[in-house]
Amino acid sequence: MTTRLFGEPVQRREDLRLITGQGRYLDDLGHDALAAAFVRSPHAHARIRDIDVSAALDVDGLVAIYTWEDLPERVRDPLPLLIPHPALTHGRTAYPLARELVRHVGEPVVMVVARDRYLAEDAAALIEVDYEILKPVVGIEEAAQGAHLVHQDVPGNLGAHLVQEVPSAAGRGAREAVEAAPHVLSFRLDFERSASTPLEGRGVYARWDADDRSLRVYSSTQTSTSVRMAIAAKLGLPLPSVEVIAPDVGGGFGVKIVHPWPEEVLVPWAAMLLRREVKWAEDRREHFVSSAHERGQVQHVRVGFDDEGHVLGLEVTILHDHGAYTPYGIIVPIITSTQLLGPYRIGAYRVEFSSIYTNTVQVTPYRGAGRPQGVFCMERTMDRIAAHLGMDRAAVRAANFIQPGDFPYDQGLVFQDGRPLIYDSGDYPESLRMLKELIGWDGFPAMKAEAAARGRRLGIGLGCYVEGTGVGPYEGGHVQVTSDGRVHVSTGLTSQGQGHETVFAQIAATELGVPMSSVSVVTGDTRRFGYAVGTFASRAAVMSGNAIALACRKVRDKALRIAAEALEADPRDLEIEDGVVRVVGAPGASLPLATVAVLSNPLRYAFDEEAARATQFAGQAPMDRPPVEEGEEPGLEGRDYYSPVRSTFASGMHAAIVETDPDTAEIRILRYAVVHDCGKLINPMIVEGQIHGGVAQGVGGALYERMVYDGHGQLLNASFMDFLMPYATEVPAIETAHLETPSPLNPLGIKGAGEAGVIPVSAVIASAIEDAEGLSVDRMPISPSELYELRRSAGR
Amino acid sequence: MGEALHEIALTVNGVVRRARVPARRLLSDCLRHDLGLTGTHVGCEHGVCGCCTVLMDGAPARSCLTFAVTADGHEITTVEGLAGPDGALSPVQRAFSECHALQCGFCTPGFLCTVTALLRETPAPTDEQVVEGISGNLCRCTGYQNIVKAVHRAAELIADEDGTPAAAGGEA
Repeated sequence: MTTRLFGEPVQRREDLRLITGQGRYLDDLGHDALAAAFVRSPHAHARIRDIDVSAALDVDGLVAIYTWEDLPERVRDPLPLLIPHPALTHGRTAYPLARELVRHVGEPVVMVVARDRYLAEDAAALIEVDYEILKPVVGIEEAAQGAHLVHQDVPGNLGAHLVQEVPSAAGRGAREAVEAAPHVLSFRLDFERSASTPLEGRGVYARWDADDRSLRVYSSTQTSTSVRMAIAAKLGLPLPSVEVIAPDVGGGFGVKIVHPWPEEVLVPWAAMLLRREVKWAEDRREHFVSSAHERGQVQHVRVGFDDEGHVLGLEVTILHDHGAYTPYGIIVPIITSTQLLGPYRIGAYRVEFSSIYTNTVQVTPYRGAGRPQGVFCMERTMDRIAAHLGMDRAAVRAANFIQPGDFPYDQGLVFQDGRPLIYDSGDYPESLRMLKELIGWDGFPAMKAEAAARGRRLGIGLGCYVEGTGVGPYEGGHVQVTSDGRVHVSTGLTSQGQGHETVFAQIAATELGVPMSSVSVVTGDTRRFGYAVGTFASRAAVMSGNAIALACRKVRDKALRIAAEALEADPRDLEIEDGVVRVVGAPGASLPLATVAVLSNPLRYAFDEEAARATQFAGQAPMDRPPVEEGEEPGLEGRDYYSPVRSTFASGMHAAIVETDPDTAEIRILRYAVVHDCGKLINPMIVEGQIHGGVAQGVGGALYERMVYDGHGQLLNASFMDFLMPYATEVPAIETAHLETPSPLNPLGIKGAGEAGVIPVSAVIASAIEDAEGLSVDRMPISPSELYELRRSAGR
Repeated sequence: MGEALHEIALTVNGVVRRARVPARRLLSDCLRHDLGLTGTHVGCEHGVCGCCTVLMDGAPARSCLTFAVTADGHEITTVEGLAGPDGALSPVQRAFSECHALQCGFCTPGFLCTVTALLRETPAPTDEQVVEGISGNLCRCTGYQNIVKAVHRAAELIADEDGTPAAAGGEA
């Protein structure tokens, strides 16, 4: 790594098209496609008695109406359970169109295809579905009692139950360790639902070529390769006949990793059947009621600790609301229960979760993916210990930190990838020192007292987290240098605004020694790269970044071999700079990479002057060896994969100063500070942007956003009018500092950064409000009226 | 029974464009699907997110809450019309890129239009005026910090170009 592009705040190359209106998002494609719309259940739990489409048949422009009965074999089957787990004993997934029963408001029942979306919605509105309303199961604790069932064959509404236990070094179990501890506290915490809510909803556009018998599907997805395989399987097509492309995607944040969505199966199916292009773009209400939510949990905590604040035993019992279906398995509660421990060395730990069905929208990962709840639990625990012992909150955390010399550190748990939860590197004491300095922790009591003297109420809070990033199994990269000197990089995972085209180009340019302007990057297009997993779990930079670096190294080695032969030099004496291979110390002896690309591909036909240099009579090749040597391939290209033995663990610590209004209970964040460690930074500008965005989502989750279901299972705030996503007026300025503890696990020494910002925010804000108010905050989000109620019930 | 269509003529990015639209057709759909200007995005269809913001006679308007027929005879500027005729990026566009004020880019056209109008009205805004000025646009990616920075930077670029602070006024 000698050139300077890696690590620099390089401007994004995605920007030009996006600021000029030349981006191509899903609904910008398929100008002439037919439009699909869906009749969705207005009830949370009901039996479909009859579907009467007769009134819709006269709608001008109507092309087709489909119900479950119309669907062929495989298409009509329940959608796949993507991530099975032995503890998920009662996993259930939805049919693409409801069969007999609907289990949440928004579940698709009928698909309508028409000339345009207006007409499709006209027809959908005229379809009469006769429902027998069943008792809805709403509310996690009510559901757990199992008086009424979401699925008749799932007793107690219990989808999964998992216990993990790590005994203390002395072999003592958590329960025993808590009992024996000098101090014991037990309490309950609540965390409400929120959702990814990207500004672009989901969408699918399918083009079936009946002559070629090939299908091209565009989807606003986080995993085009897996959507492709799912579509091929569902539609019974040979995999090579199906291509899936993620075009520009207007945000994902987790929700678009789920697949195949009903629409991802139905739209291509209809396109094949109708021999017409078909497109569906989700509207905002549909996104609220028919995609996915996250976060909702109830946690019961028992903790035992000593006089210095060391945690001796921790027992956590989690009720996790996973909604009506479990297509993404139990990844979220697994992450909550394993990442809960954060940067701490805990005496003994026992965690148990029950993952529960309710008649609400399914729950799948949203940025942070279970960690915000786990961190909330651990950090609230740390604050309670501090309050109980009269200790400084930062000091209690410091007392429990894993130390820099302890890595690799095995938490003794099984992580979301089925592998041991072993932290690779980190420096938590230094991180805390930096955070305290950045926010002015030690000077805060004076600031608080001074404000109090003027009638203002301030509080400070902090929160720490560790995030397993870059989970496997693998990603790949392909790098090709063409005879015009251009470098074409592709990787299979997808982009939703992370700036991959820029950072992957930085990596390739650095590795190959070429100017960035000659590098182009394609992501999420199965025509270019078919093997991939997807973009989630803060894994794209780690996985594809390293795979691309490894592929570049292959290309570089090959280029040096070929150039060495042409320059009659030793490959070890060669370097590549600015796209030219040179003999170190011999300025005259050089060869442009473009020419190396020409030489790498022995030709019969000279289609241009460059190509003529590679033809059979050009006189370069030795006559006693084959033109393409054994073990070699034509072309200056390389493909490689990065498959880590386990995840790499990023970490961070946040602190905030809040002000609460003594009269109105309004909560204002005055300062917000972040210390972040994601190993080596590829592009600090982009990493900071990721942190800003994550913190903003965290602020939303801490103070404003929630999914308000009534007792009937109606989502009362399914619009941006009522689901309060923060505007610029709600998000504080974020101060950041970076610590770079490289990962020893991968060639680039990097860790993931995408989700980090959101993870500890609720914990931090709760801590700060508690400090300002002297009241216990154990439920998030918190609104001014809830704070007002807390004050009232505390007699203030 | 087909819907009654209405002939409309609107000036979009300086060019007179005609379309035949049903009365209910939204301006956002007309721009995107009838005129092929897909740079204007639709994020909520109920006037809250601001993604669909265009300039109507120079003032920001939610194209998802505007019927195409009501735009008949008016001047519309969309994100495609912000750069100069030679393709030179506007100061607001340059500032957004320079300050990393966009990630997925879906909300960006609405912000660019809003900020273009904001800086015509208020060429040297305070922090408060900037936040107030963009408080009708949602962004889920950036946390707004770099957008605020970009607005200030755009104000600087405009002032540099003009030699003086830009005068408030309507459509040029």
